[in-house]
Amino acid sequence: MRIMCCLKPVPKPGTVKVDPETHTLKREGSDLEMNPYDRYALEAAVTLAEETRGSVVAVSMGPPNAEHILIEAFSYGADEVVLLSDRVFAGADTLATSYVLAKAAETLGPFDLIVCGKVSVDGETAQVGPEVAAWLGWPSVIWVKKIRPAEDGLELVRVIDDSQEKLKVALPLVITIENEANDPRPPSIKRLLKADELEIKVLGAEDLSAEAKYLGLEGSPTRVLDVYTPEYKGERRVLSGPVDQVVDSLVSILKERGLV
Amino acid sequence: MLDYFLTREQKIIVEVARQIGEDYIKPYAHEWDEKEEFDWRPIRAMAKADLFGIFIPKEYGGLGFGTFENCLAVETLSKYCAGVTTTFAASGLGAYPILIAGNKEQKAKYLPEIAAGRKLCAFALTEPQAGSDAASIKTTAQKDGDYYILNGIKQWITNGGIADIYIVIALTDPKKGARGASAFIVHKNDPGFAIGQKEKKMGLRASVTTELFFSNCRLPKDRLLGREGMGFIIAMRTLDLSRPGVGAQAVGLGQGALEMALHHTRRRIQFGQPVFNFQAVSHTLAEMAAKLEAARALVYSVARYIDSGAKSISGPSAMAKYLASETTMWITERAVQMMGGFGYMREFLVEKMMRDAKCLQIYEGTNEIQKNVIARELAKLDQEG
Repeated sequence: MRIMCCLKPVPKPGTVKVDPETHTLKREGSDLEMNPYDRYALEAAVTLAEETRGSVVAVSMGPPNAEHILIEAFSYGADEVVLLSDRVFAGADTLATSYVLAKAAETLGPFDLIVCGKVSVDGETAQVGPEVAAWLGWPSVIWVKKIRPAEDGLELVRVIDDSQEKLKVALPLVITIENEANDPRPPSIKRLLKADELEIKVLGAEDLSAEAKYLGLEGSPTRVLDVYTPEYKGERRVLSGPVDQVVDSLVSILKERGLV
Repeated sequence: MLDYFLTREQKIIVEVARQIGEDYIKPYAHEWDEKEEFDWRPIRAMAKADLFGIFIPKEYGGLGFGTFENCLAVETLSKYCAGVTTTFAASGLGAYPILIAGNKEQKAKYLPEIAAGRKLCAFALTEPQAGSDAASIKTTAQKDGDYYILNGIKQWITNGGIADIYIVIALTDPKKGARGASAFIVHKNDPGFAIGQKEKKMGLRASVTTELFFSNCRLPKDRLLGREGMGFIIAMRTLDLSRPGVGAQAVGLGQGALEMALHHTRRRIQFGQPVFNFQAVSHTLAEMAAKLEAARALVYSVARYIDSGAKSISGPSAMAKYLASETTMWITERAVQMMGGFGYMREFLVEKMMRDAKCLQIYEGTNEIQKNVIARELAKLDQEG
């Protein structure tokens, strides 16, 4: 089984910078790390590739300083790594991002399966996986916690609210992985020793034959109006005195506000 | 504090061991100790990270490094839990005899499995009546055509029951004593081989220690390592190679205790200031740091000396084990004292570290035996005397 695994570079906590004009995250100036949820996606992809004698291509869209994430992906078992990097990709929302990833799947494919993390810690939209499927015209299954290779496809268990659902699905397919799905492996020393010779393929818009109107800010219908840190302005009052009086005044305050 | 000028490869080993420590050991070490529980999870992580292959030659699927790199991994892991590291290091202890004395077929059969971490090893020399006096072992291996029949008991064997491969020292010629000992490879499922119950220990409680029972355990003759009568030599050579690893374990454990005591005493306010400001405390920490660095420097030097291909390694190897474990026993005891009530409470790991440290003075040859070895080598230096 040939698998593409999408890995998102996210800013390390505490290093987040926002572009004051576009209100989007500035990834160039931030210290980037692999989206923690994507570790589970990669583990699922690598395990499945091992079970089916297949291979994993780890793909990341981001600035050149995201390369170390792909070296990390190689150390966790990815067979090939590709960085999708181009100035025109900047400012992409989930739709423009998923377009680039879908074009990468076409360019680097054919793939039987695309695996994504269930959500990213910065955007928290959980949209990219299903949108990649939509661009490719493939089905998608989200929040998968168990995967088993089956004849002509996969057997999956996915989480739905308070229960779970067992599915038998045909390929090709996009899935997103729950973090209870597996126990991600540590990096392999053997692979890290070989990381010096690792070829990180870098592809831009032209390499992917991507259309400009779907890329970057132009291809992003989402407009971020403002990004701010919410201020918590809780009103605090201390009621003191004998217990009876305190209880009475508390009850009357709650009644006043229609809370009881 | 010091830079030991590690190579890129060595830094990778340290960094991967550190990640395993942070992700797979640190959050659980307290619970394993409390429940006296062995967990496969960190062991599987070490296997996936290729740590079990550090000193296995590349042709057998290992990384092809030496004692020094193994010490770096052991030191780093021990900072997080010396118990878990004992499982790792004891498997290495069981792999050495195959490396030292195994023939081509034996190496090809066992080393790739060991390097990949698919099979753990155990090394079985000690018996109920033969601890420090290892030469007085009673387990026998009687030749019977193309087989050997093992009978006897081994005691305090690390990885008993969880290992697949056991290196067992037994007498093929009881009349000759130690010179009649031979080394055998025993498989976990060999008929006549049974694992005793898990021992309850003071420390290193995340590791498993058991007795091994051999009752007419029939082994094909290709399980003999080297030749008959070489068992004791193989065992001593194995210990020479592995003892710096115990030193490294002590250095890592000592580092963990030092860091914990430092962190605590810089934040614990008494008499209006951090207790670190009192020289009784800061000087103790300074002594801990200086002694630990000296122990580390010795362990590293000995490991590098072994990797240089040196022949007379018994003395230096015993020194590394002896000095580092004594130092760390002292460091962990002082760390408990510097942390006072916090140090004594089981909620904080420093008392566990003190209990763990005790075993490093005892296993793989008590420190008294190490001093015998060192003294014997000293006497050789003074031939005329």
